[in-house]
Amino acid sequence: MAKNTLSSRFRGVDIDEYDENKFVDEQDEAAEQQGPDACEVDDLIRQGDMMAAFHIALRNPPINSKNPAVKERAQAVVLRVLTAFKSSDIELAVKSLDRNRVDLLMKYIYRGFEKPSDNSSAILLQWHEKAFAVGGLGSIVRVLTARKSV
Amino acid sequence: MSLYSFGLEPLSCHAWNKDRTQIAISPNSNVVHIYQKQGKEWTKIHELTEHSGRITGIDWAPESNRIVTCASDRNAYVWTLKDGVWKPTLVLVRINRAATCVKWSPLENKFALGSGAKLISVCYFEKENDWWLSKHIKKPINSTVLSLDWHPNNILLAAGSADLHCRIFSTYIKDIEDKPGPTPWGSKMPFGEVLLEYKECGGWVHSVCFSPSGDALAWVSHNSAISVANATQGKEVTQLTTGHLPLLSMLYVSETEIVAAGHDCCPYQFSYKGPGCLEFVKKVDIPKQSSKGNMSAMQHFRNLDKKATTEEEETGLGSLHQNSITQLCILEGPKAKVEKFSSVGLDGAMVVWDFKH
Repeated sequence: MAKNTLSSRFRGVDIDEYDENKFVDEQDEAAEQQGPDACEVDDLIRQGDMMAAFHIALRNPPINSKNPAVKERAQAVVLRVLTAFKSSDIELAVKSLDRNRVDLLMKYIYRGFEKPSDNSSAILLQWHEKAFAVGGLGSIVRVLTARKSV
Repeated sequence: MSLYSFGLEPLSCHAWNKDRTQIAISPNSNVVHIYQKQGKEWTKIHELTEHSGRITGIDWAPESNRIVTCASDRNAYVWTLKDGVWKPTLVLVRINRAATCVKWSPLENKFALGSGAKLISVCYFEKENDWWLSKHIKKPINSTVLSLDWHPNNILLAAGSADLHCRIFSTYIKDIEDKPGPTPWGSKMPFGEVLLEYKECGGWVHSVCFSPSGDALAWVSHNSAISVANATQGKEVTQLTTGHLPLLSMLYVSETEIVAAGHDCCPYQFSYKGPGCLEFVKKVDIPKQSSKGNMSAMQHFRNLDKKATTEEEETGLGSLHQNSITQLCILEGPKAKVEKFSSVGLDGAMVVWDFKH
């Protein structure tokens, strides 16, 4: 086969970037969203106050952040709290959340499913069952349709 | 409540004539069937076959008795009944993508057509040249227009689209109508003016509907939520996220009550009493009573023979519709006090629902 002697650098050009009608999501500021406070959550887990740790872990979700490190950190914090819970307390914890927080919890759960490790999937499935009982199919649909997620 | 099955194909859309004795439906193909009610049965009397693509929208104007259809072949036709035959007139909508929805305006002198070309085509009849002209609304729509609804004043048009926005446009056409008076949505209304643009819908906006007075606009979006914007309260938007599957179609049955249906196969009733007061009321369907009575020995053996199991399993859904509901339509009653509404779904069935206020 003859070798192409012309430059093939054009093949590296992303033509969609130059399309003037390209759909762009609205950009929102992400200044304050740094994810939940890891130290505070760790302290509370050590003290045994699971509910408080749970509620703090679900604050300040890095939804608008474009920094993957911030998102990873937040996910790790939430996963720590979820795994630290006793199975019997899960239902109570989920019942203490309002609608929006249940949706947020679902987002973290599905994020956790993406990178399974040791025992995480089993715990996450238990959380999923309880969150589904409260949030219904709608909460799962919102995980799928959310343009900006954790 | 009554169900009528029009066959096995999904029904994409439907429209009723003025006295509700005839229904125009499309069984997910490029043909429109018109059925006439005879007693309890429906018999096919007309077939409208001009489109070459799948029909995506049908609307029947009650007073002027004209049908407008739009399809994925980028065309729209206006049909008029002449000597018992429906004759089509091509409308030059000038779109280069499929049409997705079409609606006659309240006065039936124009209609709006949504399309995948990221624009709305507002069409009106020009008497001098005896043809339908269209004007385009392009800015600021960024994706397919999924649903349309007209305001009672015949000028304002609400559009829900796949760019996650819900907007209200003005469709004032100087040549055919008088200047509109001010409304709670705004007072300056040149053609194409945006009077409301809500961008946090959360998902594709499947259906929009104005309240009977036109002061509120409700929509359902793909994130399983229903929202209402209230013009009299500073265009404030109240959103209710539900635990159900996404809703596809909705309508106002009174000034405060809304009925919506979708992938859950049964209609739900919602109530909006003011900003922050949007709540779920109830399911409009009555669940089927599962007959788990005593089975005779004969039944046991029959089940064992037929299905290799002795359990009496219900494989059907508990609702009347066995698949997603695609469209709701007012059947009886004025917009402010709907008595009956109809629904068609992917199961090929049309159900008439009664609504008690």
